[in-house]
Amino acid sequence: MSELGGLKAKLGLDVFKHDSEPHIRIKPGMEKDPRLKAAVLVCPAGLYAENDSGEVELTIDGCLECGTCRIACGTEVLEWNYPTGGAGVQFRFG
Amino acid sequence: MEKFDVIVAGAGLAGLAAAYTLAQEGVEVLVIEKGDYPGAKNVTGGRLYVNPVRELFPDLWKKAPLERFITREGASIMAGERSINVEYCGSELSQEPYQSYSILRAKFDRWFAKQAERKGAMLVSKSRVDDVIIENDQVVGVWAGGDELRADAVVACDGVLSLLAEKAGLRKPGNPHDYAVGFKEVIELDSTLIEERFGLEGNEGAARLFMGEVTRGKFGGGFLYTNKDSLSLGIVVGIKDLMEGSPAVQAPILLDEFKQRPEIARLIKGGESVEYSAHVIPEGGLKAIGKLYGNGILLAGDAAGLALNIGVTVRGMEYALASGYYAAQAVLQAKEKEDFTAGSLSGYEKLLNDSFIMKDFAAFKEAPAVLDSSRFFKHYPELLGNIMKDVYEVPAGPKDRLYPTIKKYLTLKEMWSMAGDMRRVMKI
Repeated sequence: MSELGGLKAKLGLDVFKHDSEPHIRIKPGMEKDPRLKAAVLVCPAGLYAENDSGEVELTIDGCLECGTCRIACGTEVLEWNYPTGGAGVQFRFG
Repeated sequence: MEKFDVIVAGAGLAGLAAAYTLAQEGVEVLVIEKGDYPGAKNVTGGRLYVNPVRELFPDLWKKAPLERFITREGASIMAGERSINVEYCGSELSQEPYQSYSILRAKFDRWFAKQAERKGAMLVSKSRVDDVIIENDQVVGVWAGGDELRADAVVACDGVLSLLAEKAGLRKPGNPHDYAVGFKEVIELDSTLIEERFGLEGNEGAARLFMGEVTRGKFGGGFLYTNKDSLSLGIVVGIKDLMEGSPAVQAPILLDEFKQRPEIARLIKGGESVEYSAHVIPEGGLKAIGKLYGNGILLAGDAAGLALNIGVTVRGMEYALASGYYAAQAVLQAKEKEDFTAGSLSGYEKLLNDSFIMKDFAAFKEAPAVLDSSRFFKHYPELLGNIMKDVYEVPAGPKDRLYPTIKKYLTLKEMWSMAGDMRRVMKI
């Protein structure tokens, strides 16, 4: 995989408000499901990564709530909701 | 428990258009928005075409905080180290009424919400609609932030994923084939620099679309819009193509590479990125549109799947505004009968069918299938670039005649494939 080095700085430009719990979760036991691998490619924020043991991990900080992972991977492997009211990304330009 | 005439979920263009229209008619309407303010969760490329919706909201446009009216339409076909550009411009695009404007949604939606409030709509921000309340097979309200809120009708304008439409049983999670993802940076740049670089006067603006190498041949393209004192620069790419790899590339890398291309780097030079955003876009066209209403509920905007990519234009915001308007009209009709069942709300379908919305979707129903060919995004950009290179090249020795130069690329096999593609394109 190529470098996503600049992405952290890019996400750092955005306003994020903390949520009490993660709004997207990989369903327990699904970490190695092949459907999840797509998330690594499609997530514009680069929040999904595959670790050495072949499990896909998700870092929720920096989520742009675009919905791409839900479309790509489906709801059998992801528990997907929007953050609670007033939490998550708050676009100033959009 | 509180009771309203109508609850609108989501303060985007569809939701605000519905609320504005209903409030104008004296209907008690509550808009629930999960962001800190309307627009906080909303993303566009973006450009709004005003003509189709001008008359639906006659009082709105004069003071609307739009960015620049577009007077330069550019298209760029990019291959490895070259690009071929076409630009449509001229004084006819600088005459009022202007047909399209660049737009930043956080700014516009916030203002639009104020106009709806001024008409009498109620707005609650920082509140997420969690579920619909269904009684006897009829949607009778919503749960939002722990509150039970009731209404005669719910207009779900909760965006492309529309979790509410799923909860109301109107549709299932979408198929990657029918969606694209767009991601962009807003890059602040001095307005005089923007005008110089893009050849603009005053509040004129430029729009450019890019295809080919920019998505590594995947379905989609790049875009650039000039705002008042910023540029919106981004990529749209089909989710299925992105998932399938070949070549495998992580989406964010496409935008980084795009920014680094010399053609783009010189346009954004000295600018400062101030925001990075992303959103899914419905692009399945007519075939991907499901049920748009049920007992006590209507869908509008992206929630209804109303965005259309026909290659030369990608539009969604006018459909959002207009579908919100027609959803409101359908609710008004239902209100007269005091009947909010699906049968009564079916007026919505008729209103949509009689409007430019469904006429566009029907006219361009083949566009998604036709455009779904890697030849358009990979093969032709390469081919055209090769031809241009040879046509323009002056070698050290004698130069070939032009016709044979071009002819050598147009083999029988190529011509045959082109004719096939042409027959497909003629369906658009």
